[in-house]
Amino acid sequence: MLLLNCPYCGIDADETELEAGGEAHITRHGAGASDDDFETYMFMRKNPKGVHFERWRHAYGCGKWFHAARCTMTLEVFGTYSAQTLEPPKTLINKIKKKRPNWEGFVK
Amino acid sequence: MKRYSAFAIAREAMRHHTGWERAWKSPEPKKEYDVIIIGAGGHGLATAFYLGKNFGITNVAVIEKGWLGGGNTGRNTTIIRSNYLQDESAAIFEKARSLYETMSQDLNYNVMFSPRGVIMLAQTESEIRGYQRTAHANNLQGVATQYIDAQKVKELCPIIELSGPRYPVLGGLWQPRGGTARHDAVAWGYARACSDMGMDIIQQCEVTGITRKNGKVTGVETAKGYIKTKKLGIVVAGNSGHLADMAGFRLPVESIALQAMVTEPIKPCMDVVIMANTVHGYLSQSDKGEMVIGGGTDAFNNYTQRGSFHHIEETVRALIETFPMLSRLKMLRQWGGIVDMTGDRSAIISKTPLGNCFINCGWGTGGFKTIPGSGWAMAELIADGEPRALAAPFTLDRFKEGRFIDESVAAGVAH
Repeated sequence: MLLLNCPYCGIDADETELEAGGEAHITRHGAGASDDDFETYMFMRKNPKGVHFERWRHAYGCGKWFHAARCTMTLEVFGTYSAQTLEPPKTLINKIKKKRPNWEGFVK
Repeated sequence: MKRYSAFAIAREAMRHHTGWERAWKSPEPKKEYDVIIIGAGGHGLATAFYLGKNFGITNVAVIEKGWLGGGNTGRNTTIIRSNYLQDESAAIFEKARSLYETMSQDLNYNVMFSPRGVIMLAQTESEIRGYQRTAHANNLQGVATQYIDAQKVKELCPIIELSGPRYPVLGGLWQPRGGTARHDAVAWGYARACSDMGMDIIQQCEVTGITRKNGKVTGVETAKGYIKTKKLGIVVAGNSGHLADMAGFRLPVESIALQAMVTEPIKPCMDVVIMANTVHGYLSQSDKGEMVIGGGTDAFNNYTQRGSFHHIEETVRALIETFPMLSRLKMLRQWGGIVDMTGDRSAIISKTPLGNCFINCGWGTGGFKTIPGSGWAMAELIADGEPRALAAPFTLDRFKEGRFIDESVAAGVAH
């Protein structure tokens, strides 16, 4: 069972309190975008074996969206952070690099 | 290969069972093959089998990182049905179901196909309409299904509680020739037949890289060294994204965990398969007497082959409302498999941006029932280099073109 800390209300929320929202930091292409860009936005996913940045909603709590960094091979949670950002915070990236020296780093 | 038969059992009984041979060989890889299939699960082995049987291509290796049939082939709830709404799905799932009918004879291996019938319960008004629509669609597709009322459901499955507290049983979609099969035997049977045709099944051999030249695949780097190949088929379910990454393209796929469990074995009490999509649960009784239970998937990306505990709770809670007698049973085992979900919840059998490299993935939560049909279509694709009628709608570029095979609405969770 996953426990994620909601960065807004500070609560360690149980998985059943949360709603998973899939990969984070996806560039959203709208009207006028090329077919390739729109396909990438709608369907293409990194789906990594390892560090994954993803969106969660504290559905049965404060109701807000936030981001989390988690390992898909071990379910280890590296940390959570606000959704009002285009990329993960530097401190979190450094923390993950320390734990996973072979990790390629955050790729947009 | 010595054929299995009643006579063979009698012969071996006379000589203390010393004459049985290994079902398949475990050779060291050759330097080069005409076709390499990555993944010795049901779909990979079926692909190899139909390459040999339908096209005479036997210089084939099937490479597996773990053991044969150790992924989702050995982790599903063994349900076989073809009552799909969309024509493209119904065609390939019905092809698969019909191949299951004669699989034991075709492979000379008892896969214990049991066409005991599948009922998908209608528990809401919209499900009644949905399944009536599916029954009409199936009639047009040549798939034998029928919408039945609640009393008929009770006749077919006496242990069911029709007036459930939350969701009463209002009717169901009945496919009399759906059923179950022994999942391990399907993989073993195909492996034995492939090995007999001279194909190499190489287990414990992880693929670590895919080499290419001028936009075409040239071979694979593996734990047992480099192997050259003219054509490559990637058939690895949950790990498809990982392999696609090695081959240099991306997939519209996410890997998530799906769980199943069995209860302690009890006397025969249910001789049909029941699927309850509204409450996310499906149930059948194995030949050993265990009640086999499947539920919904987790919502987040996961490669750990174990799912979240609360899903077990939700599934069992839902099922005991419809099957109250289950409430006294103890759970014996629980396990998870990693399924590859696409955007429209339909599979991909397709050419890839890399030349002579083909992919078969995205079967999501419904892979076991399609094993023979998927292998048949994939073999056509690899042999010809172009898809034939079965595989043609399932291309990788349908996501760009918006040409979906939308089963996510039609099939819901219990796909």
